[in-house]
Amino acid sequence: MSVTTTGPVPATRDQRGEPVKKRRERGGAWLTLLAWVVGILFVLPVLWMVLTSFHSEADAATNPPSVFAPLTLEGYREFFSGGASPWPPLLNSLTASIVSTALVLVLAIPAAYALSIKPVQKWSDVLFFFLSTKMLPVVAGLLPLYLFAQNTGLLDNIWLLIVFYTSMNLPIAVWMMRSFLSEVPVEMLEAASMDGAGLIKTLRSVIAPVVTPGIAATALICFIFSWNELLFARVLTATVAETAPVFLTAFVTSQGLFLAQLCAAAFVVSLPVLVAGFAAQDKLVQGLSLGSVK
Amino acid sequence: MTSVAEKSRAGTAETPPPGVARRTSAWARRAPLMPALIFMIVVTQLPFVATLVISFMDWNAYYPDERGFAGFDNFVRVFTDVNMRDAVWTTILLTAGVVLISLILGLGIALLLDRKFRGRGAVRTMMIAPFLVVPVAAALIWKHALYNPEYGLFNGALTWVWGLFGSDNPPQPDWISNMPLWAVIFSLVWQWTPFMMLILLAGLQGRPLDVIEAARIDGANNWQIFTSMTLPHLRQYLELGALLGSIYIVQNFDAVFTITSGGLGTANLPYTIYQIFYQAHDYGRASAAAVVVVLGTIIIATFALRTVSSLFRQEAGR
Repeated sequence: MSVTTTGPVPATRDQRGEPVKKRRERGGAWLTLLAWVVGILFVLPVLWMVLTSFHSEADAATNPPSVFAPLTLEGYREFFSGGASPWPPLLNSLTASIVSTALVLVLAIPAAYALSIKPVQKWSDVLFFFLSTKMLPVVAGLLPLYLFAQNTGLLDNIWLLIVFYTSMNLPIAVWMMRSFLSEVPVEMLEAASMDGAGLIKTLRSVIAPVVTPGIAATALICFIFSWNELLFARVLTATVAETAPVFLTAFVTSQGLFLAQLCAAAFVVSLPVLVAGFAAQDKLVQGLSLGSVK
Repeated sequence: MTSVAEKSRAGTAETPPPGVARRTSAWARRAPLMPALIFMIVVTQLPFVATLVISFMDWNAYYPDERGFAGFDNFVRVFTDVNMRDAVWTTILLTAGVVLISLILGLGIALLLDRKFRGRGAVRTMMIAPFLVVPVAAALIWKHALYNPEYGLFNGALTWVWGLFGSDNPPQPDWISNMPLWAVIFSLVWQWTPFMMLILLAGLQGRPLDVIEAARIDGANNWQIFTSMTLPHLRQYLELGALLGSIYIVQNFDAVFTITSGGLGTANLPYTIYQIFYQAHDYGRASAAAVVVVLGTIIIATFALRTVSSLFRQEAGR
């Protein structure tokens, strides 16, 4: 590119310098475009669900799809006041998820403390015991829990689900909380005990500031898993304690009729998880990998 | 599965420092752990013991008078049942298919997102969305809004594309009937690729960049850097993603239940056990099947855990 090329040296510099950089930039533009296309493809079914939920039933069921059809709240109106009300199942899901998450935190935080800050002997064995319960297929415990519920009159009782969801999320929460608690610097704990700070003061002024975001992330992930659960809710509940995912299964055999209403229902039920998930976005990996990836 | 970030601490924290009153302090240490531990043992281990007991019993809710000890009859029926054998095979195909495809896609997308570009945060957010749709809702959307042969989005898009080229005779496959297992696999791949992508992206961002820069200065090209530096570094993250993904997907019930209702050869083990229990009310056989599944899972999980932990030991010794 240089006009004053006099020998082979600047020419090679030319070849290795600018053109390579330019080629890399052009390649970079393609990769950026590819990343955008892939991202849009993955989000497309979600967007399609939201868009269809705002279409009329007639516009939702066309081929080719009518993307620019007028928007309406018909689907939502049908979902909320058309047949059986979705409010009791939504409230049941909310109760089961929030109460079980609170229980999980109450049990998991002290346990994680005893596995990281003041570790018991063989703490890693205990940790792996918690993990191993997660590998036990849930169907293995389904029948005894059902029979137990049947004999104690707890069938169709939201408290049974709460206890089960607590046990389902406790191992995850213990692993997560342990990984967050071990981020508390040892020097700070030592300094606190040198200054004669008691347990409460250490917890409040040294540990809490470090782990509060971790507790929030743990809570959000436990909430998501409880909210999503279907198998146990379907077997252990009926009309009274039915949860939102069980309510959705009414659409399984709909043969694609009432598509707008179905999309509205799917979107409404997914909304709390979408909100919780995006709020916990940064800690999502750490949570899902049980604290082993940061 | 010692955590990736924790392995340096693991050796040092194992023994508590010698205290003055060791016994009382040991109990003071254990106290906060006890509620969680006892809760877990009662809620997860006792039911399994009950399952084990019932698996040796003749117990069908439709014939309550015939309840009694059955020996290994239920297990014989489980192992000789064609449906069970199909379910095992389906579970393996489903799990392996979803884990492998979503790992490979997740790796590709993680590599794409590991560069700085305009809108990287937006693309990452879009990628996470599928994972945050309630599984039943996602399965319903795939079944009715995407796969539906008459007005699903897939066939709608085919009509539209064919229409662009002036053809009014587009292919309109009935996706779920033509390829039921793949229909389930694709919907799960869509939901699980973000999970794999997030783990692998975290792995990529933990790469030592100075070493890569040094290799590049020494004349290594992108492909060489990828195969000899990035992949070995990612290996433990790939294994972690595969292990966690398998644990979750082996247990999948929602997608099978919703998309095909276990029909057309897509009934996996959780769905089959659910059916034996919920529809046939054969408690003895359902329990025996559950015990077999647990034993299978233990074998796979031990094997997987051993692979991962040996990998860590090997890395630590290097």
